[in-house]
Amino acid sequence: MHEQIRYSFGGDEHLFAEVAESMSLEAFFRGMAVTRAVERQTIPGVLDVCLANASFQIRFDPDQVAPQALLEQVRELEAHATTERSIHTRIIEIPVLYNDPWTHETLMRFRDRHQDPASTDLEYAARINGYQDAQAFIEAHSGTPWFVSMVGFVAGLPFMYQMVERERQLQVPKYLRPRTDTPKLTLGHGGCFGCIYSVRGAGGYQMFGVTPAPIYDPQQRLGYLRDSMVFFRAGDIVQFRPIDREAYDRAVAEVEAGSFALRIRPVEFDLDAFLADPQGCKQRLQEVLHVA
Amino acid sequence: MSLKVLKPGLATSVQDAGREGYYHLGIPPSGALDQYALRAANLLVGNPATAAALECTLLGPQLEFQRDALVAVCGAAMTPRLDGAEMPLDCAFRVRAGQVLGFDFIKAGARGYIAIDGGIDVPEVLGSRSTYGLGSIGGFVGRRLQAGDELPLGAPAPAGREGLALPRSLQIEVGGEVSLRVVPGLYHHRLTAQAAEQFFADTWTVGSEADRTGFRFKGGTPLAFEPREQPFGAGSDPSNIVDACYPIGSIQVPGGLEPIVLHRDAVSGGGYAMIGTVISADLDRMAQLQPNQKARFVAITLEEALAARRRYKQQVENLYRFFLA
Repeated sequence: MHEQIRYSFGGDEHLFAEVAESMSLEAFFRGMAVTRAVERQTIPGVLDVCLANASFQIRFDPDQVAPQALLEQVRELEAHATTERSIHTRIIEIPVLYNDPWTHETLMRFRDRHQDPASTDLEYAARINGYQDAQAFIEAHSGTPWFVSMVGFVAGLPFMYQMVERERQLQVPKYLRPRTDTPKLTLGHGGCFGCIYSVRGAGGYQMFGVTPAPIYDPQQRLGYLRDSMVFFRAGDIVQFRPIDREAYDRAVAEVEAGSFALRIRPVEFDLDAFLADPQGCKQRLQEVLHVA
Repeated sequence: MSLKVLKPGLATSVQDAGREGYYHLGIPPSGALDQYALRAANLLVGNPATAAALECTLLGPQLEFQRDALVAVCGAAMTPRLDGAEMPLDCAFRVRAGQVLGFDFIKAGARGYIAIDGGIDVPEVLGSRSTYGLGSIGGFVGRRLQAGDELPLGAPAPAGREGLALPRSLQIEVGGEVSLRVVPGLYHHRLTAQAAEQFFADTWTVGSEADRTGFRFKGGTPLAFEPREQPFGAGSDPSNIVDACYPIGSIQVPGGLEPIVLHRDAVSGGGYAMIGTVISADLDRMAQLQPNQKARFVAITLEEALAARRRYKQQVENLYRFFLA
């Protein structure tokens, strides 16, 4: 059986629910099961159901639904929600220019807010994760797929959970004080989560590189953004591909010309198969990505 | 017919009641930070209460009208000047085509709402005309106003009446030391008992990083979190959590140092423990806090928050009733 979810009201307009204190795909899948049940119920007064990594939040109008009544309904749904352990999803390849000049300039500007002002974010992350140098860290970072377990912070930003055994997951603290600036499309990392900053703005994650691929565009200019201005959905799987400056510049030119495309393939993800054999799962996912 | 921006002011944007239903994608409600002032200004010029108006911050804009208009300004104490002549706040006044509306320095409060009959006629995006600057959507081309912008105006509403003024009882006071009521919760249990008490005992000062996303507070005692082995994925600082959703009004304390209270352009989630949430009825009041103004946080129960919300709704109801009469 599942552990009980911890509920707490965020003022008079939010019901906050912590599925687990620690991150795991198990907790994510549980949160997804309960939030889907809440959505299916279409409770009057529920304004938004927000799924996060190991928690979720319901924004509601207390003039339409009494907070305690909502809590009881959600508890009831929790008690009966079955967790699907397999999902139809998609795997997406995201090109990344690691160690790029723009995040480098930014991290230097906010050095006084960092744990280790004497090194860069990549050098620091490599060292505390036991890698010889930044290059070895980049290989570990781009060598495994990542699971999108939350979309948010700012419009369309994906939080990504690395799909390897827990002891091999890369972990870094967030900045001591959040920055007031982060370049658009920065590849970030905080705790165990990777992210892509969809827009320029404040941020607290370590910065490792940039992708040329827009993932949020209100004008929806590129083919893969035509269905939604927000590209990522919780449940997506991402594989990073390191690129050099030349390839980056070429991709940016394609974005500007409107011809840029992402490699996207449909895939079935089975939680138990992953938990039983993360390495095998990784190979299978990477193969799916490269099927023509 | 339009409105030309001669000077944009410090941070002026088009706002209405905001949009709901996209927070799960990271797109926050946005909308006027002071929803009462937005409604009062609109009703004074005969608009629907939540028509799109201009929200200006600390320093007002300079606007040239290209059609006759009825205008009202509510919220912060910032005297409007029409071709240099002082105009009243909380009162509908007539502007002729070609006239220029400017503002004196702000005396109290932080945000003024400029309503124009017919409203600002920008397209709706995701159900609202509100600007969400971080995501470049809504408002005037998804951003704050800049010099040279020409804002489209809607057809003037016939309902407006020059000289109509808000009675004293319907005006909102701004300035002074402010109390913000908070429902403790979320990760409040992570604070030490002493920190949990100290947070509400201290007087805080609004920092310079205070904008539509959130307000940073300084000058209080640093807050200690209960020591623990950090859960997997949270990050090593005791103020870190596995990234979760942030309620509008929620209070996070990165590193235990400076509390940040989120407002209507909130980031939708992140990895800093939230210790409680400013209640919906006090979001307007928070909107009017200036940098360096003093504020205190007062712990209340959810039931008290709901009672405060009812009183707030009653005040809005009184406002509507005044204009029906």
